[in-house]
Amino acid sequence: MPGTSVSPANLAAIQAVVERHRGQAGALLPILHAIQDDLGWVPPEAIPVIAAALNQSRAEIHGVVSFYHHFRTSPPGRHVVQVCRAESCQAKGGVALEEHAKRSLGIDWHQTTPDGAVSLEPVYCLGNCACSPAIRVGDEILGRVSCARFDRVIEGLREEVPA
Amino acid sequence: MSIRIFIPIDSGALSVGAEDVAQAIAAEAATRGLDIEVVRNGSRGLYWLEPLVEVDTHAGRLAFGPVAPEDVPALFDAGFHEGGMHRLGHGLTEHIPFLAGQERLTFRRVGITDPLSLADYEAHGGFEGLLKAVGLDGAAIVKEVTDSGLRGRGGAAFPTGIKWNTVLHAAGPDKYVVCNADEGDSGTFSDRMLMEGDPYCLIEGMTIAGLAVGARHGYIYLRSEYPHAFHTLQQAIARAREAGWLGSDVAGSGRSFELEVRLGAGAYVCGEETAMLESLEGKRGIVRFKPPLPAIQGLFGKPTVINNVMSLAAVPLILARGAAFYRDYGMGRSHGTLPFQLAGNLRHPGLVEKAFGITLRELLLDYGGGSASGRPIRAVQVGGPLGAYVPESQFDVPLDYEAYAAMGAMIGHGGLVAFDDTADMARLARYAMEFCATESCGKCTPCRIGSTRGVEVIDRIIADENRDANLALLDSLCDTMLNGSLCALGGMAPYPVKSALTHFPQDFGIAPVTAE
Ligand SMILES: Cc1cc2nc3c(=O)[nH]c(=O)nc-3n(C[C@H](O)[C@H](O)[C@H](O)COP(=O)(O)O)c2cc1C
Ligand code: SF4
Ligand code: FES
Repeated sequence: MPGTSVSPANLAAIQAVVERHRGQAGALLPILHAIQDDLGWVPPEAIPVIAAALNQSRAEIHGVVSFYHHFRTSPPGRHVVQVCRAESCQAKGGVALEEHAKRSLGIDWHQTTPDGAVSLEPVYCLGNCACSPAIRVGDEILGRVSCARFDRVIEGLREEVPA
Repeated sequence: MSIRIFIPIDSGALSVGAEDVAQAIAAEAATRGLDIEVVRNGSRGLYWLEPLVEVDTHAGRLAFGPVAPEDVPALFDAGFHEGGMHRLGHGLTEHIPFLAGQERLTFRRVGITDPLSLADYEAHGGFEGLLKAVGLDGAAIVKEVTDSGLRGRGGAAFPTGIKWNTVLHAAGPDKYVVCNADEGDSGTFSDRMLMEGDPYCLIEGMTIAGLAVGARHGYIYLRSEYPHAFHTLQQAIARAREAGWLGSDVAGSGRSFELEVRLGAGAYVCGEETAMLESLEGKRGIVRFKPPLPAIQGLFGKPTVINNVMSLAAVPLILARGAAFYRDYGMGRSHGTLPFQLAGNLRHPGLVEKAFGITLRELLLDYGGGSASGRPIRAVQVGGPLGAYVPESQFDVPLDYEAYAAMGAMIGHGGLVAFDDTADMARLARYAMEFCATESCGKCTPCRIGSTRGVEVIDRIIADENRDANLALLDSLCDTMLNGSLCALGGMAPYPVKSALTHFPQDFGIAPVTAE
């Protein structure tokens, strides 16, 4: 598996996040969100740190991470693109868009393009059903996404220089 | 005086380019040396016209849309900022039939005000309900909500006042108010629109709930698919606290109420209230057995009010105008209004708030404008992914909780997803089972295993392998799920499947039964 270990700097970031949230009631989800917001995923090294701080077993923490679709246990590409698979989008050509996304990127759900630019994920409604079909790129929601618009978006993402 | 131009900051409007339009308008005005003030409002809910730009005039607000950045120079050339005509113009926003026919109670400010402006909020009736509540004791607030006839808008339609009363009378100093903002149902977006377009309304409703039941802490459990709503709510909470509407001395009442937003993590089942509590406590979102009711032992084991965004957002007006005002809308035991969400294959998708009793036909044709494709509407899924597919023959049944239940359907959160006659109902039935399998919390076998089996069985039916035997199997599988599931995910996933089978048997390779 590529890149499954974190740098000392990232480990420090994880420790800082855990310190910041540990006093909060029901701190686990806020901690996992903060780690994923910082690093793009929840690395395995985070589990023992969280477990120790919250006085829970590693298995418990791992169980929570794996329960939620949102949390990633492997590093994503530079951009995460989610395509809505739910009914309103289906009613407006969403299935064709799903197929186009997979075919044009050459990957299936939960995979990353070989150049590391894009990870593709399914999502079940973005609350943008009045502008179906919808996708999400990072924290931006896009609506009325034709296959051509999808291609333009991806092209833009590929051109973006990694930070 | 500067000209006020409204451009929505709602994520739906942004999703089709509202930000670029806002920048183009500001730049063009600067080039022309015009003094304009751009206000970023919520969406009016006329999504087919988004980005919808409005210009304030002495006669009212004029609507232009859908506006693309390229249209901006021509709009200025036509003098749209001074009431000039342009092909994208629709006249006064309030007179657009889609909007003019609505009964906007909960959405009375959405799209009109700047969502984060407390001054706007107060100028449009904001905090009147809370100020009324501050002068009442808990029982009197609960009575007002009970008398209004308000029922939960998250799906189960349980009377809100009765739930609050249980929490009011539950023992202990620590109680919670939890807002269910998971809005997982596909085809629904009213919670999102309100949180992005009028966040103080939800804050006010939750604070009133806190005063009513004696809770000092509230959580908004927001789905992670709503990053814009998250930021808006966080800013709104900070501003409300700074202005004394939240915190240790709510509106000078001497009572405290604190509010926090917590993000979900992409699990549909966490919209189920007890799974949501587990999630808030930092656990996997596994559904709890009931009893105990959350109203008695909820979050962290304490008495907890759990309500949907729409339920809580209806409360300020109920307090401000009185129970009778709200109760007089609607029909039968379905009181008040419901913000219906028109989605799927419609010409005019968007938000229509109307009193209960309107029919699907009126919503789809008079408001929705028929299908976007111009083809006949074949089926409408009402009430989210667990809702039944309603065929044309049932379009005239009034939208009333009891009338819908009587025909084996549900109104749920008020989402309507329209499909035209190209829809393949067998594929949609398969999707319903697949969705259930993906999202099952795994606690009960009928849901966890049954849904996976359901997908396989439908695949075989579609492929015409042992069709009759597999149809019988599907039927008994649905019954097992209906009867043997702990929550409505497994318990209602058979609804879309069975309704598709009943009304559209030909899609499954079965000859239709003659005469309806
Ligand atoms: C699988 C499942 C998902 C649900 N999703 C939601 C949801 O996203 N939002 C919501 O308000 N209620 C949802 N509910 C209903 C809640 O369990 C609960 O009835 C509701 O939050 C109570 O609030 P109300 O009385 O104001 O409707 C869901 C129920 C089930 C079984
Ligand atoms: S019906 Fe499904 S989602 Fe609901 S409790 Fe059972 S397994 Fe969990
Ligand atoms: S169904 Fe795709 S955004 Fe709601």
